[in-house]
Amino acid sequence: MELIGKLAGELGAVLLTVARAAPYVLGYVLLILATLALWRAVKRLLRPRHDFGSLKTVTFGDESAVTSNLAASVVSVVLIFVLWGMFTGSRLLPAFLHVPGAFVGDGTFGYTLAAPDGTRHEATVAVRVFPFGTTVVPPEIDPGDGVARNDAMVVAAYRTELLRPEDNDAFTRAEGASVVAVNGIGIAPESGAVDVGFARVSMTGRGTLSVTPDKGWQMEPIWLPAPEAVWTRLGEIARTGFRNATLAEHLGYSLFRVIVGFLLGALVGIPLGYAMGLSDWFRGWFDPIVEFMRPVPPLALIPLVIIWAGIGETGKIILLFLAALWIMAIAARSGVSGVRISKVHAAYSLGASKVQIMRHVIIPNSLPEIFTGARVAMGVCWGTVVAAELVAADKGAGMMIMTASKFQNTDVVIMGIILIGVIGFSIDMLMRWAERVMVPWKGKG
Amino acid sequence: MSELLIDKLSMRFELPGGGAVQALKDVTLHLGTGELMSVLGPSGCGKTTLLNIVAGFLAPTSGAVTLNGHAVRGPGAERGMVFQQGALFEWMSVRDNVGFGPSMKGMARAQKREIVDHLLDVVGLRDFKEKAVYELSGGMQQRVALARCLANDPDVILMDEPLGALDALTREKMQGLVLKLWKETGKTIILITHSVEEALLLGERLVVMAPRPGRVHREYRLPFAEMGAVEDLRRVKKHPDFAARREEILSMIWDMEEEIMGRAEGA
Repeated sequence: MELIGKLAGELGAVLLTVARAAPYVLGYVLLILATLALWRAVKRLLRPRHDFGSLKTVTFGDESAVTSNLAASVVSVVLIFVLWGMFTGSRLLPAFLHVPGAFVGDGTFGYTLAAPDGTRHEATVAVRVFPFGTTVVPPEIDPGDGVARNDAMVVAAYRTELLRPEDNDAFTRAEGASVVAVNGIGIAPESGAVDVGFARVSMTGRGTLSVTPDKGWQMEPIWLPAPEAVWTRLGEIARTGFRNATLAEHLGYSLFRVIVGFLLGALVGIPLGYAMGLSDWFRGWFDPIVEFMRPVPPLALIPLVIIWAGIGETGKIILLFLAALWIMAIAARSGVSGVRISKVHAAYSLGASKVQIMRHVIIPNSLPEIFTGARVAMGVCWGTVVAAELVAADKGAGMMIMTASKFQNTDVVIMGIILIGVIGFSIDMLMRWAERVMVPWKGKG
Repeated sequence: MSELLIDKLSMRFELPGGGAVQALKDVTLHLGTGELMSVLGPSGCGKTTLLNIVAGFLAPTSGAVTLNGHAVRGPGAERGMVFQQGALFEWMSVRDNVGFGPSMKGMARAQKREIVDHLLDVVGLRDFKEKAVYELSGGMQQRVALARCLANDPDVILMDEPLGALDALTREKMQGLVLKLWKETGKTIILITHSVEEALLLGERLVVMAPRPGRVHREYRLPFAEMGAVEDLRRVKKHPDFAARREEILSMIWDMEEEIMGRAEGA
């Protein structure tokens, strides 16, 4: 019961997040529809001819009628980068496209000091907000010679600084002076923030002013760097490496593990699948093992593999071997048992021996299934290697982004994620190409 | 000389849930060299079971099949088989499909090539030798299947509804081709069909089987195959005898079907 209560609470939090995200998602959908309308209008202008294609707008169950619109793909990808640039103040975009950024520059606000004798005195604070990581000098001010004197402070963009303006005044806090208003608006410890235009000023529980410059809509680089920063970092890491290894080494090690693990998995899995497809004894023997191991996510094996084989190459390759093994065995098994019996009969009545049937009928017939399995296995292996490297490794794409995240090197993390995605996509494309070239008869039986 | 003796063949299938089906009971047929026999019957009469036993894919419960004095104990190259469809090897070109039998025998390349080229000419696929089989239409695929079977030079050709999946027009052309091949090669052919018209056209002898248990119901000797080998098939179909036979056999099969339905309802 208690668990259900807790889970209900979690569900509430999730739904709240979803509700908060909903307007943005809706905005994105509207954007898609807007580009669609634009595209249609352009097309109509260019080619006003009316054809029956318009009658196929709803094509349930006839997937061949809908093909991917290249223009939509291009717009979609470009838009991702444009949005990325807009919210990071990218230099690749003209400035008018940027969403408002964090305030940088000088501003002032006034404060009111209540002296111990009850009189009130005004002074100003000059604030200089500077981009984080640059050097800054405090603004020069004339403190004045009244009871309350002017102050100067510097704050890095996206940060907060504390200020006790009474420290240089005629009366200090110890003597009973206190700040009672900012820009004429009353302020008290933990009373809420006062908006002074370029920043928000609040008071801490101990009477200190806390100045937070306006953060704008843009993301701070430590959360999301601009595209060009990621690109620059890619060049930098490609030249100088990251954590004692070059970029090529990191990616090369990951690929090496995947390829060796996959090949070993295929080398064992395919004969195993054939044996299971051809002999009821083997099938009975291995069915429980394969059917149990297949739904176990390879990631769940990482702890055991680390205990048994450590975090070196052997452990990784064992893990990837296991990830590929069951997939390949099942693919080979269904490739063999999926052979149409009339093909085997035809081969027999053409005088083929069992060995010849194996060689000329069963193996070629199973190749399409094996290729499909190989594609799935390569995808799973690539995902598994990255996850395994996240857990423990001294080289590899996953290790690179995990280490970078520990140092808040978000640019490296994003670069790594993009590279991992590009490689995964390339592997899949390569496998599809190999499939087209090597088993052109797939699905044609 | 080839003589196919099917002697008192019975086949009983035990069902997994207990009980059994008598698929064939005491089927006896003799075929001499070069005879063309079509087998017709309602579904469930054991036509395909009979063919599978002759091909050697099934062992009968009792009875025997003898070809040229040798008992059939399994599939063999002397009994070629043509299936309805989907039995071609789609990973091979048309040429390799037709040359499959000779390749398995280890025939010399040049000799094989000669046979394949000749047969592809005969079935009218001269220009499609290097194509993949899945690039061909259904009718062309069945031509390949016929050529592949003939390439092995079998004594008997067993055809399991070879034209069943084709459209009417293609089917008619293929019927002509089967007759032509039969006349030219002089092979013994057993052809299973569920089209009465096809059974009449492609049967020097016509066997009508009855179901439950599967057995030979009636046998005919017909002149239409001989006529069709020299004459246009459409003319043969217009022959008054042809129409009469068709009506006779159709009503015979109708009666059988009704009897089955009646029995099923009575049970």
